[in-house]
Amino acid sequence: MDNMERENNEIQEDVAAKSVAPKETEKEIEKASEKETEKKPPKMKKSKGAVGGKTVNVIINILLVIGCLTVFFPLYMTVIIAFKKPSEMTNDVAGALAFPEKWNFDNFAEAMRVTDFWHSLGNSLLLTGVTVGICILLHSLAGYVIGRKMARLKTFKAAYFYIVSGMFVPFAVLMMPLVKQTAQMGIANRVGVIVLYVVFFMPMNMMLYTGYLKNIPIALEEAACVDGATAWQTYWKIIFPNMKPMHATVAVLTAMSTWNDVMTPLVIMSGTDQNTLPLAQLNFQSQFGTNYNLAFASYLLALLPILIFYIICQKQIIGGVVNGAVK
Amino acid sequence: MENEEAKKEKTEKKVKKVKTWSKNDKIFLGILIPVLILFFCFNTLPLIKGFYYGLTNFRGYGNYDFVGLRNFKDLFSDARVGKSYLFTFKYALIMTLLVNFLSLVLALGMNREIKGKNALRGIYFVPNILGGLVVGYIFSFIFTYILPAVGEATGIGFLQNSFLASTKTAWIAIVIVGAWQGIAMNTIIYISGLQTVPDEVYEACMLDGASGWKKFSKITLPLIMPFVTINLVLCMKNALMVFDQIMSLTKGGPSQSTESISYLIYNNGMSGGQFGFQSANAFVFFVVIVVISFLQMKFLGGKEEQL
Repeated sequence: MDNMERENNEIQEDVAAKSVAPKETEKEIEKASEKETEKKPPKMKKSKGAVGGKTVNVIINILLVIGCLTVFFPLYMTVIIAFKKPSEMTNDVAGALAFPEKWNFDNFAEAMRVTDFWHSLGNSLLLTGVTVGICILLHSLAGYVIGRKMARLKTFKAAYFYIVSGMFVPFAVLMMPLVKQTAQMGIANRVGVIVLYVVFFMPMNMMLYTGYLKNIPIALEEAACVDGATAWQTYWKIIFPNMKPMHATVAVLTAMSTWNDVMTPLVIMSGTDQNTLPLAQLNFQSQFGTNYNLAFASYLLALLPILIFYIICQKQIIGGVVNGAVK
Repeated sequence: MENEEAKKEKTEKKVKKVKTWSKNDKIFLGILIPVLILFFCFNTLPLIKGFYYGLTNFRGYGNYDFVGLRNFKDLFSDARVGKSYLFTFKYALIMTLLVNFLSLVLALGMNREIKGKNALRGIYFVPNILGGLVVGYIFSFIFTYILPAVGEATGIGFLQNSFLASTKTAWIAIVIVGAWQGIAMNTIIYISGLQTVPDEVYEACMLDGASGWKKFSKITLPLIMPFVTINLVLCMKNALMVFDQIMSLTKGGPSQSTESISYLIYNNGMSGGQFGFQSANAFVFFVVIVVISFLQMKFLGGKEEQL
C-alpha cells in the first residue's frame, strides 16, 4: 500500500515539476527581493563552499522530499475518502489508507446536488472576479493619485497614511457594525460583500501601487501633457498599462484572499440563500452528517478550482504573494 | 513664543501650498475625495459605530440603553473573555515561533544546491493556497479517526484519543493545522530573503574561517532581518485573527477551551445576544492589535542590518 501511495506522490510531483518553468520562478522571486542581486549569483561556488558539500546536500534533498509527504498526506486522504463508499470506511490504519475498491464518481454527483455546487462555484467566481476587477481599476487609480501628489501636498500625504492605517483594523472588529450597516443600506448580499472587499483590501493594494509608482518616470506623464493629453487619458493610456506587473500581484493577492474568505460572506450574506464555495461546506455540515465520503467529495470539489488555478499560474501566484509581503 | 512663531510659519506654508494647487491637483483631489468617502464609510465609520455600540446594552435587536463604560469594565472581569484572550495569545505566540523556526529551516534547506528545487518549492507552497475552513474539516477527520487508529496500531498512548476531544490537547490540533498552512507562506518569504544575500559575503566569511552556526547567526540572520520582521509580523497578525480553523475544528470547544477572540466576537456578538458587550470587546481587540503591531515594528525595526 505504501508503495502505491509513493507512486501516487511521485506522479503528482512530476506534474508539479512540469508545471514550473524551470528557473523562471527563481527569477521571479529574485526580482521580488528588491532587485538587490541583479545578476544571477554563481550558485556552484556556494555549494562547494558549503560545509560538507555534496553529501549534506543530498541528505537535505532526501529530507525535503520526505517532508513533502506532510503536504500530500491530507490531500491523499481527501482524494481516497471522496471516492470510497461508506461501507469501505474502516477503523484500522491499513484500511483507512487503502485505495477505494472502485473509482466511481457517485459521491461527487451527490455532493454537487446536496451543496448546490454550481451555484456556489458561480458565486465564488462572481465575487472573486468582480472584486479583483474593481480593485485593480480603483486601487491603482487611488494609488496613482495619492502617490504622485503626496510628496508635494500634505492633503494627499495625510490621505495616504489614513488609508494605510486601515490595515490595522481586522475584519472581526468591524464585523458587527458592518452587518447592521449593510442591512440598513440594503446591501446585505453579494453587492455588500464586494464593496467590503474593495474597501478592506484598499490599504494593502494602494500601498503596493504607490510603491510601484516610483518605477514609472514622471517624465512620461509630462510628455503626454505636452502632447495635449488630459489627466484622465494620461492615466489610462500611459500609467495603467505601465503598472502591469503590479496588477498581477494585486490580482493574485486579492483573488486568493477573496476566494478563501469565509467570515465576510458568512456574516453579511447569511440572510440570503447564496453560498460561496467554502461557505457551502460550512452550511451543509449538518446534511453531510456522518457520511464522510459525501463530505470529502464536496471538500475536494471546493479545493479543486484553486488547485487547478495554482498548477497553471504557479509562477505568478508565488511571485505575487512574495511581492505583496516584501514590499 | 517660539511655539506661536512655528505655528505661524506652518499656516503660512499651508496658505502657500493651497495657492499653488494647479488644475491638475484639483482633478486629482476630485478622484481622491470619493475614494476617501468610500473608505470612511466602510472602515472608519463602522469602527466608530462599534465603539458606540460598546457603550450600550444592545442585544442585536430591539431597543437599547446607554450604559456608559460598563461593558468595558465588565470585559476585564469576564472569565470567558479572559480565557479567549489567553488562548489567542498562547496560540499566536506558539504559532509565530514554531512556524518561523520551521520555515527558516525549510528555506535554508531549499536555498542550497539541491535537485528539484522549483518543484519542491511549488509543493511546499500548496497548503497556503487552500482555504482554512476546508483544510480544517479535512484535518478534523484525520484527528478524529486516523490518528487514534495509528495510536491503536502502534500502541502510542497519547495518539489513541482524539486531540480534539480533550481541553488539554485541542489547541495543539489547531496549532498543527495553522502551522501546516502558515509554514508555506513564510518559507517562500525566507527563500526570497536568503537570495538577497550576495555570495561574496559567504566567500568573505569562509576566508575568515566562519562556518556553520557562526556563519548563520553572525552573517545570514542579520542580513535577512527585514524578512524575519515581515514574517514575524505577518504570522503574528494572522494567528491573532484565527477564525476559520476554529470554526471547522472545534467551534471553540471542548468547553470553550479553544475560543479565539474573533470566534467569541462572532459567536456571542452575532447570535448570543451580546452585541453591545462584544462590540466593546472588538474595540479593545483593535487597540490590542495596534499596540502589538507598533511594538513589533519598533522592536524589530531597530535590529536590521544593512550591507
